[in-house]
Amino acid sequence: MTTPDPSASASAAASPSAVELHGITKRFPGVVANRDIDIVVKHGQVHAIVGENGAGKSTLMKILYGMQRPDEGRIVVNGREAVFHTPADAIATGIGMVHQHFMLADNLTVLENVVLGSEPKGRLGRIDFDAARGRIKELSSTYGLDVDPDALLEELGVGDRQRVEIVKVLYRGARILILDEPTAVLVPHEVDELFDNLRDLKAEGLTVLFISHKLDEVLAVADEITVIRRGNTVATVHPGEVTARDLAELMVGSELPTPETRESTVTDEVVLDVQGLTLRTPDGRALLEDISFTIHSGEVLGIAGVEGNGQAELVESIMGMRHPAAGTIRLGDVDITGWSTRDRREAGIGYIPEDRQRHGLLLEAPLWENRMLGYQTVPPNERGGWIDRRGARTDTERIVGTYDVRTPGIDVAASSLSGGNQQKLVVGREMSGLSKVLIAAHPTRGVDVGAQAAIWDHLRAARAAGLAVLLISADLDELIGLSDTLQVILRGRLVASADPSTVTPEELGSAMTGAGDQP
Amino acid sequence: MSTSGLIVSGPEAPAPSARVRRTDWRVLLIGFFGLLTVLSVVEVITGDNSLVSSGQINAAVLAAVPIGLAALGGLWSERAGVVNIGLEGMMILGTWFGAWGALQFDNPWIGALVGVIGGALGGLLHAVATVTFGVDQIVSGVAIILLGTGITQFLSAAVFADMPGGGEIQSPPLPRMGTIPTGGLTDPLLTLERKDIFLVSDLAGVLYGLFTGMSQLTLVAILLVPFTWWVLWRTAFGLRLRSCGEHPVAAESLGVNVYYYKYVAVTISGALSGLGGAFLAIVMNNQYRDGQTAGRGFIGLAAMIFGNWRPAGLAGGAGLFGYMDAMRLRGGSAAVHALLLAFAIGLAIFAIWRYYKGSRTAAIASGVAAIGTYLVYASTDTVPQQFLYFAPHITTLIVLAMFSQHLRMPAADGRPYRRGEE
Amino acid sequence: MNRWLSRDRLNRAVLALAAPLLAIVVSLVLTTLVLLLGGYSPSKTISVMVEAADRPRTQTQILNTATLYYLSAVAVAIGFRMNLFNIGVDGQYRLAALFAAAVGGAVSLPAPLHVFVTLLTAVLVGAMWAGIAAVLKVTRGVSEVISTIMLNFIATGLIAWLLNVDRLAVPVAGSNNIGTKPIPPSGQVPGISLISGSSVKVYGLIVLAIAVGIGYHIFLGRTRLGFDLRATGLSEHAAVASGVNVKRMVLLAMLLSGAVAGLVGMPELLGASFSYALNFPAGLGFTGIAIALIGRNRAVGMAVAALFWGFLDSAGNALDINRIPKEIVIILQGTIVLAVVIAYELVRRYRIAAEQRRVSRELATVPAAEEVPV
Repeated sequence: MTTPDPSASASAAASPSAVELHGITKRFPGVVANRDIDIVVKHGQVHAIVGENGAGKSTLMKILYGMQRPDEGRIVVNGREAVFHTPADAIATGIGMVHQHFMLADNLTVLENVVLGSEPKGRLGRIDFDAARGRIKELSSTYGLDVDPDALLEELGVGDRQRVEIVKVLYRGARILILDEPTAVLVPHEVDELFDNLRDLKAEGLTVLFISHKLDEVLAVADEITVIRRGNTVATVHPGEVTARDLAELMVGSELPTPETRESTVTDEVVLDVQGLTLRTPDGRALLEDISFTIHSGEVLGIAGVEGNGQAELVESIMGMRHPAAGTIRLGDVDITGWSTRDRREAGIGYIPEDRQRHGLLLEAPLWENRMLGYQTVPPNERGGWIDRRGARTDTERIVGTYDVRTPGIDVAASSLSGGNQQKLVVGREMSGLSKVLIAAHPTRGVDVGAQAAIWDHLRAARAAGLAVLLISADLDELIGLSDTLQVILRGRLVASADPSTVTPEELGSAMTGAGDQP
Repeated sequence: MSTSGLIVSGPEAPAPSARVRRTDWRVLLIGFFGLLTVLSVVEVITGDNSLVSSGQINAAVLAAVPIGLAALGGLWSERAGVVNIGLEGMMILGTWFGAWGALQFDNPWIGALVGVIGGALGGLLHAVATVTFGVDQIVSGVAIILLGTGITQFLSAAVFADMPGGGEIQSPPLPRMGTIPTGGLTDPLLTLERKDIFLVSDLAGVLYGLFTGMSQLTLVAILLVPFTWWVLWRTAFGLRLRSCGEHPVAAESLGVNVYYYKYVAVTISGALSGLGGAFLAIVMNNQYRDGQTAGRGFIGLAAMIFGNWRPAGLAGGAGLFGYMDAMRLRGGSAAVHALLLAFAIGLAIFAIWRYYKGSRTAAIASGVAAIGTYLVYASTDTVPQQFLYFAPHITTLIVLAMFSQHLRMPAADGRPYRRGEE
Repeated sequence: MNRWLSRDRLNRAVLALAAPLLAIVVSLVLTTLVLLLGGYSPSKTISVMVEAADRPRTQTQILNTATLYYLSAVAVAIGFRMNLFNIGVDGQYRLAALFAAAVGGAVSLPAPLHVFVTLLTAVLVGAMWAGIAAVLKVTRGVSEVISTIMLNFIATGLIAWLLNVDRLAVPVAGSNNIGTKPIPPSGQVPGISLISGSSVKVYGLIVLAIAVGIGYHIFLGRTRLGFDLRATGLSEHAAVASGVNVKRMVLLAMLLSGAVAGLVGMPELLGASFSYALNFPAGLGFTGIAIALIGRNRAVGMAVAALFWGFLDSAGNALDINRIPKEIVIILQGTIVLAVVIAYELVRRYRIAAEQRRVSRELATVPAAEEVPV
């Protein structure tokens, strides 16, 4: 097991701060991710770093963990200047990172996952399993983490896996922990358990950096909060001095895009009717439980929820990519529950996927071929089994023009376009068909502000023309601004509905995390 | 299987608890005795005594070695996340270099060593193409087979053609590898076998065949199996290697140099296949012959899959396919015919078991197959000589068809890895 | 816009050629080294090879072998375009040729119909044999790489069993050979005197090969099914989201691949030997893989590669006469294949990155791959 340099802990006792970042700047082509970041984290503190998506939090943490090099600025750990070339350097100074997406191998045991790269060795390079097991159990009990070293990782649930990740960093002697969006995948009682663990860690003198965009949680557990906006440190505050509202304003500044819709275009005609949709994993765990809703022509139904609560499964079930155990789906009068994906698309269901590069585009194919994707069996792309090149190309030009897709031509590969332009192409394609229903999953994720506003305009226009939209988003302002009706999904169930015109982001946020429930 | 190509999900993959995980020794023992009993019964019914005769088992062990070594090679590579279709090519390199080394230094052991080096070079080439250049792993494997075939044909014509006893496509006879003396300890088993007592004689025959006249290189090969298990599952090196095949990004984030471990794994993979090839040339055929690998590299991969990517299971798979290969080499048409009956009985037992476990479709399918096999057995007298030729290959196909669904390959197997990508 | 397009097309063409040229250069260098080590003269080797290709008879042979190679490559390429690896073309074409020869020898029909029936048999048998692997993959998840290879060996055994006087074969007069009953003239395809001065004619079915190549190109590029197939090969996830039924595509692709594979032996069977005997050309399946890889699965690329391979083959025979080991050609071929796949990968990465940079320069925006990770 690696232990941090002993002289470091001597100076650690002397210096008041665990981590200091001064003047950190990091540039990527065309964008400055971090600009002159200044943060001081004291020992034994839970220090939260908040900011919107794209504010630069992740880049900053990668720099602190040695996965990226800063262009300017310096890092001071325990009073000593530090330069990290790789994560191993950061680990050596006592920094440990718990990633948002767990870095755990399902087929290995907890013990193997924890000691990987820092194995206790016996003779001939043999792993000293007893020593490892002992150390893990020791850490487990000291910090109340309760992990079983010999369990196979794939058997563990999300909360347990996170605890394994924490043990992993503690095992390497981390005294400074970075947690990247740790509550993104947890249910409320797991969040409480995590916060208890964090308090135990603090009691033992460890320092925790906690990255999040969940303001109420941050206020509950942090000792100090630093707000980052557009790559800059905006402010450092104490939780007692601010409210969630104040933080939100600091995070977002005064330029919040307000997608407010005024007139209702909802008609009486039911376009999509989902009843009792239930989806289970092979071991019987429910991914979707008894989901029911209707969407009318001209209506936008927004579904709010923390990522991982069934949104992706819901979308895939409606698209026919997953097969539910129970429930019906009706498009207009027709029962499409057993239909194939292709039939559903031909019947008029459009789909803006959450991960456009994986599900929505053929990256190495030219734009005009991407225009056909999903619609290759209908005009203007196809005629009698043959591809209608001219029709597809003409229509692609139309989409490029109407949706302002910035590209030198329609023959370039989709991979050459920026994320925003790729998304505009996908949106344009999905709104060009004779769609009756549009499923839009995170339609403006990773898209610049200008493109976001344009996409919202197009959605509103289509809605006014009678399109029914199922909107899945993590952007609460988007949800509130665009939706006519709002539902909240939690653990595979629809647990609440809200009126977009009166609900606030804070109220919605608590419904999404089940904070209002009694455990 | 592990492919870097198209992945089509069959019927829903079974839940983790239903998947085969660790080898349970009791299950293995029961399986072994069950198999022996079925074969003994078949021997009695058909009157064919060669199914589990000492001669057959002896030949089976011999035939299992190249297959098993190829399977081990595949294991090392795939556990690090690299699919190695080119094993056949590396084995071919091993046959030639093994023969050449043995002749050049008039020593079978040096021949084996040179064969190992030849295979390792092939493995290194595969590593360079796939790890450094990111070429599709299956494409690279196929290219290496083509290259290996070409190189050995060229070298063969250049070197062996002028040697006495050699020719363009074969080498002169090679120096022999020693066997392990048993000093007559096993003779009582032979006597017991000859007594023809049901089951006991068969067991005696099996034991005699297993332990008598074993080539020294066979022992080395057998020992490589527990050695592989120990290295991969008990040492830090092995854990890091396996992590590259399960979750390379996690490994890299913990300071494991994924590229390095992949290189080492694939090179060792080539070395093991090379050893298998050298064994084939030196011990089994006593010469190099063009085309002598006959697909054993691929059968080895099948054995690895059958063994669920674990050394113990892989040894079992190699044993099974080696048994079929030995049957083919010994020309036992009648024995294969008798095996049909054994197979029919086995399918029937399988059908009953699946029925109790609740999978009706599998049970019915197996039942129908059992009846079909029995009808084929009953309506024919013997299996044609030419069918014997592909006995191991069709066994491979059947085994994969039956078991592919329930197995679990390393999670990141076959996926190209580039540092810094997530 | 048009100007930009033609520059883009020119760039693509240059890059498309860059990889194989680079590979050939590297392979030539390596082969030269091997020759020098062996004490042979590289310049003499090349001059012998080039001279050989100058003779009309050799040119005809090059066209003929290229025809067979091309059909084999197209069969493999159909699978490759979908990330399926049909390594079983070898077994498929031989089994198909055997049955086609047997049927062709057994029936007696008016000329065009006779040929048609023979070809149909070949196509059906090839498709069926490949279909076994497809069904195993779709229903049981068995990798088609291993299953098609196993089926190759099974095919060899089956052929050996069938090619027996008790079953499909008859003795060939004046030799130890046995083969299927020869196909009567109504089932034969006359050769074409394409090259003047040559004593041998070009296979009549070269027309079929060209038609297959054109059909391949049109199917993949112009039909909806072809689009589905290519999409599945480019991104399985995106294809599924777009409505493609992957299992059905696997079956379709493998069946098509096997069907074309069945045709591989036909030019030779119906143009020269008229019977499937023990010495029917073997190994064409593996050559097809090499050619598909070099030709990057494109109709024209594979044609050029097939001709080049045919040239190398004939060069080998010429070398033999001049006492230079003909296996040097095999080494050259092997290194070219490996070098080509590496070169293609490198060029592919370069091309994607270059295009991204160019587009972002022109638009002054950031390509998606370089966007700030959020």
